[in-house]
Amino acid sequence: MQPPSEHVHWMFATGFLVLGLCQFGEAIVGTEVWRRRAWRAYLWPSVFFLMGVLMWPVMTFFTNSTIHMLAHGTWAEVLMIAGATELALVRGKLSSPWWRLMTALAFAVSGSAFLIHEQNGWFFQRSSFLHHAMGWTLFGAAIVLLARCIRPRSVATGLAFALTFVVIAVMLYCDRDLAPVFGHLSPIAGAPHR
Amino acid sequence: MNAELVSELEAPRHRTWQARAVSTIGPVTVLAGTVWALLQPYRVTLLHPHGQGFWWLVVEPPLLVMAVGLLFHLVVLPGLLEDLEEAGSSDAATL
Repeated sequence: MQPPSEHVHWMFATGFLVLGLCQFGEAIVGTEVWRRRAWRAYLWPSVFFLMGVLMWPVMTFFTNSTIHMLAHGTWAEVLMIAGATELALVRGKLSSPWWRLMTALAFAVSGSAFLIHEQNGWFFQRSSFLHHAMGWTLFGAAIVLLARCIRPRSVATGLAFALTFVVIAVMLYCDRDLAPVFGHLSPIAGAPHR
Repeated sequence: MNAELVSELEAPRHRTWQARAVSTIGPVTVLAGTVWALLQPYRVTLLHPHGQGFWWLVVEPPLLVMAVGLLFHLVVLPGLLEDLEEAGSSDAATL
């Protein structure tokens, strides 16, 4: 009854899409209006934290090498740290906007984990391409988050942050266990799945 | 026109733009999922369910995208528009 790994990627993509839409909503209406209802204020940090918790079983049951296990464990930790920090900011336990740097750090660490654990080149197979693309996207998002710490009320940085989640969701939805990317598939990668 | 009246109109107009923009998030997401389903119908296994396993029938990316858009539109948006309207009224009152 264990889902195939590509389905797990698509479920996480759905989680990132939820985060992205919430971030778009908050960026458009402003943080004050978005946080007028407590459940809405806690919505996206909770989803962020929950995705970190759910990454642990992914690490346990779906990784087939030490480097994959370490990468998924790192993502679990940084998702939980970033989610917990955002929850504390919403709750008022933390007040300085500079705590958002924790989320920027989480993105940079996640990006590094993507780039380090992918041992093949961009066009080896689709997942290789996506690992490289997501790694660099997360580094870009870390810079956006840095800008958001400096200008927390900027609509542009809020929209850019939201777009990052949607882009990550799209890339995760594109993930397959073994498939070509733009017509490229290394002969040593194996036979593509359906 | 009195400049005071113009300033009174600014806040509601800004709120209207925000309301319109936030109202498009759900429909645009549903549209994206629909276009994806039309472009890659083989990813919607409900269209050809015979011989498909449990996970292939439950996790169908284009349908998940549509579901997220619908969820945002039906669950998050109504309260958000109410709060936006209230914020607009209080902005106008303080001007």
